[in-house]
Amino acid sequence: MSAQAYRLERGGLVERSKPLHFTFDQLQYDGYAGDTLASALLANGVRLVGRSFKYHRPRGIFTAGNYEPNALVELRNGARREPNTQATMAELFDGLEATSQNRWPNLSLDLLSVNSKLSPLLSAGFYYKTFMWPRSFWTKVYEPFIRRAAGLGSAAGANDPDRYEKAYAHCDVLVVGSGPAGLMAAEAASGAGARVILCEEHPRIGGALLTERIEIDGRPGQDWALDARSRLQASGVRIMPRTAVVGWYDGNTFAAMERVADHLAEPPAHLPRQRLWRIAAKQVVIATGAQERPLVFPDNDRPGVMLASAARTYVNQYAVRPGRRAVIFGNNQSMETTAHDLARAGVDIAAIIDPKDVVSSDISHVVRGQGVAVVRGGRSISGVKPSGRGAKTIGCDLICVAGGWNPSVHLISQRGMKPVWDNEIQSFVPPVTSGPGFICVGASRGLYSTESCLEDGYQAGLAAAREAGFKDVETATRTFTASGPEQGRVEPLWRPESGAKGKCFVDMQNDVTDKDVSLAAREGYVSVEHLKRYTTLGMATDQGKTANVPGLGLLAGDLGKEIGEVGTTTFRPPYAPVSLGVIAGHSRGPTWRPVRRTAFHGWAEEQGAKFIEAGLWMRWHYFPRAGEGFAEATAREVNQVRNAAGFADVSTLGKIDIQGRDAVELINRVYTNSFTKLPIGRARYGLMLREDGIALDDGTVTRFDKDRFFITTTTGEAGHVMEHLEYCHQVLWPELDVQMVSASDAWAGLAIAGPKSRDVIAELVDGFDVSNEAFPFLSAAEITVCGGVPAKLFRISFSGELAYELCVPYGFGDAVVRTLAERGARHGLVPYGLEALGIMRIEKGHVAGSEITGWATAGDLGLGWMVPEKKPHNYIGRAMAAREGLIDPNREVLVGLKSLNPSEKVPAGSHLIADGALNSPEADHGHVTATTWSPTLNAYIALGVLKRGRERHGEILRAANPLQKYDVMVEVADPVFYDPENARVRD
Amino acid sequence: MRIKCPVCGERPLEEYAYRGDAKVQRPRTHAPDQANAWHDYVYLRDNPKGRQKEHWRHSGGCGAWLVVDRDTYTHEIFSVRLTKAARRRAK
Repeated sequence: MSAQAYRLERGGLVERSKPLHFTFDQLQYDGYAGDTLASALLANGVRLVGRSFKYHRPRGIFTAGNYEPNALVELRNGARREPNTQATMAELFDGLEATSQNRWPNLSLDLLSVNSKLSPLLSAGFYYKTFMWPRSFWTKVYEPFIRRAAGLGSAAGANDPDRYEKAYAHCDVLVVGSGPAGLMAAEAASGAGARVILCEEHPRIGGALLTERIEIDGRPGQDWALDARSRLQASGVRIMPRTAVVGWYDGNTFAAMERVADHLAEPPAHLPRQRLWRIAAKQVVIATGAQERPLVFPDNDRPGVMLASAARTYVNQYAVRPGRRAVIFGNNQSMETTAHDLARAGVDIAAIIDPKDVVSSDISHVVRGQGVAVVRGGRSISGVKPSGRGAKTIGCDLICVAGGWNPSVHLISQRGMKPVWDNEIQSFVPPVTSGPGFICVGASRGLYSTESCLEDGYQAGLAAAREAGFKDVETATRTFTASGPEQGRVEPLWRPESGAKGKCFVDMQNDVTDKDVSLAAREGYVSVEHLKRYTTLGMATDQGKTANVPGLGLLAGDLGKEIGEVGTTTFRPPYAPVSLGVIAGHSRGPTWRPVRRTAFHGWAEEQGAKFIEAGLWMRWHYFPRAGEGFAEATAREVNQVRNAAGFADVSTLGKIDIQGRDAVELINRVYTNSFTKLPIGRARYGLMLREDGIALDDGTVTRFDKDRFFITTTTGEAGHVMEHLEYCHQVLWPELDVQMVSASDAWAGLAIAGPKSRDVIAELVDGFDVSNEAFPFLSAAEITVCGGVPAKLFRISFSGELAYELCVPYGFGDAVVRTLAERGARHGLVPYGLEALGIMRIEKGHVAGSEITGWATAGDLGLGWMVPEKKPHNYIGRAMAAREGLIDPNREVLVGLKSLNPSEKVPAGSHLIADGALNSPEADHGHVTATTWSPTLNAYIALGVLKRGRERHGEILRAANPLQKYDVMVEVADPVFYDPENARVRD
Repeated sequence: MRIKCPVCGERPLEEYAYRGDAKVQRPRTHAPDQANAWHDYVYLRDNPKGRQKEHWRHSGGCGAWLVVDRDTYTHEIFSVRLTKAARRRAK
């Protein structure tokens, strides 16, 4: 066949000066710039493009838009391979590789098409019925078979190499759709002064002006659209082609997907593949137009059967004859337009089959009062036999189907508005044409003449601008002289001719037939929502854009009801397929979420530190030296802290600066213990509860002045505690005169710990006395270090050693840590990481996140001493902490656990079972929360929670870990393994 | 959903954190006879279909706690105001 044998010599919007080469199933073809893959395939005479989902029937190109159920292909190759793409929406580019789907070994010979013969087994709900017995066959036989047979294309199986973006836009008036109504709405709103965004899912602006032969004020529609586009651009309207508005959400927020580079082989380096827009609009004009629907008749899915409007689009916009000899079949007067447009393009009109007698009497070749009984052909069409007695087959290679129009009510439906049936035009239309924030115009509300769409759009544009705040805008009307296609008279026609042979498809993508709909009705699935789920009608990737209304028509007939009474299912976002890539945007791989590094990160990297993600932070894990593994390095770090000095990064702790006359009052109301008598220059450990009496967080509270406090929180709860304190102040106790600010990121923090830490600190401070007498345990001061760097110095300890915490402004952090490491070296100072920190806290019996779990009370954690009886305040959690269940002596409380054999580890999560008892919920008395090898004690130790644990020190239990099939005997001990007198911190 | 923060202006939903019914009142004392009041305060919430005053925090913005008068069914927002202390801070 010669190249592009079906291409017209003239006309259309393709650029004949820009030929493009592409392949389909490895065969070379040519097309032009401005083609879709579908139009280029048709231009080359390719009719068969895919196989159907269930029956593997041969399928062709059925539509010219986003409602295509059949022509789904794989685009591109390798990591960019994209399955299930509508050929009707894929713009042609040079070098495009497209492949058909769902066939084996090839498109012409597909072995699974035997399914079509098995169709009695595959009727509606077959997956509930057919594969039920024997039960044991399900996983071994049925499921693998169904999985292999089901589905269409296959995913790339490699990381997507392209970038995706999210973007935000705001406007006074959003116009969705750029047909006649949308263009006029945008022009009117913009002329009134409104900021307007116009979204169009296709690459060209114009909608039906491009696809139909329309004339407006003497200008051809395609030219008029270009003029309108120029006018809009000049007036500052933001025109967004290739952008489908896919979702309409609360507060007039819209999701729109822009296919930025889908029409290119690869996105250029500076562009993403796609962009997901969020558009906040004061007003929206819905100008989404209408889509033609098919008719249900035997073998209506054959390649060569096409919507009449699609056939017109191919001749008018793409200059492609979709066939050489056409039969037109329909229920409305647009069949005349189709005949006219096709004949003009040189397509023979073999017949117009007009069962409802709607075509004007002056048209020839009309078969009146008959339907379609037989479609001849398989992988292409050879003829149609009308249903009349003795009717002869009419030879043709194209059947154009005109079943009436469906206004695109999807967005309206997403907002919970139920479309209503308009009997006059045989369509579901919006229940109201305007409401708060929106106006529906043109074909989307059932207006089908070009003139009325233009006028409707113009008035809506003015009204939207006025509603958006341009109050001076006056109502005005504008009239146009236009000609174009009309639906004209339309008659209901839902059911195939009785006695017709062959499958009559309703939902082509999911292979649902009229018999499936009737079966569902017979079996009692009479609600439209049940029909959908039982038959899968409307549940394919096209969301039943062509299938839903014919399905409802059939169901209504079966139930003896009107369509309006049956109602319609709810359309949900997205209106058009949205890729997972664009939903993720930049949130994937290393940019999945922000990486937070502290001020000391660069220095630590130079030291060869290993890092670990903890919460949002990259924290020091350990600092291996040459020849050291993880265990050796962490043990050395612990030993160095216990015997000389070490320093750790504690910048990630939450820090809150609280000031004001009532600062101490607020603090007293949120911590269990009292701070009234905390002297200036002193720090105190504090515990916060939740209002239900459970421990929330712990940290230190430091008083730097009478009305000025500085508190710390754990790393993990920093944000939560800030929110909690602001709630307490702003909502519960607004009368308190207090202000607070998060200072977490403002200060970089270092813990300097070990018997030599005082000598190290002395090297840094600017003439400040750090002797034990002048600056004892739990002292705090605002000083300068390293020759004038402002600093907060605390004498607090987490490790159990003499220790300090030093905070300096973030920007000084790097310089200070370098000075510290250098000056501390002569005292044996080493950096230590999170692992050493964790080991030492277990040795010291300090609770952390693995104990403060959200169900532990202060008493459970061994912190009962921090809950004084005498405190007068009605502090957060006080009342509820006194509940019976929370003070039950049988609760699981913090204990230490020593492995009886010191060289046997105690796995975290092990259950604590009474010695001699079998594993059972009754014998389960607690569990291990944290475990470590203790370099200090030369033994495996652990922390855990145990029923009545404080009374059970010395008892032998079995730590059982059935998951790891590992049991170890442990002795219950005091949780403080190291320096129980707490003498070292005070030295 | 978009909420108009009195400090920052109209902002999208993700900038806000939801807490719940703004009607509940914290008991004034922790006396044992208040146990039922505490239980109600901590655990019991109305779940109306319709209009409700709620606490929201502009956590991705100014940090202010807000009282949002909202229809839980239509998501229509009737008013947004700062709590008393936040009002003072905003001055």
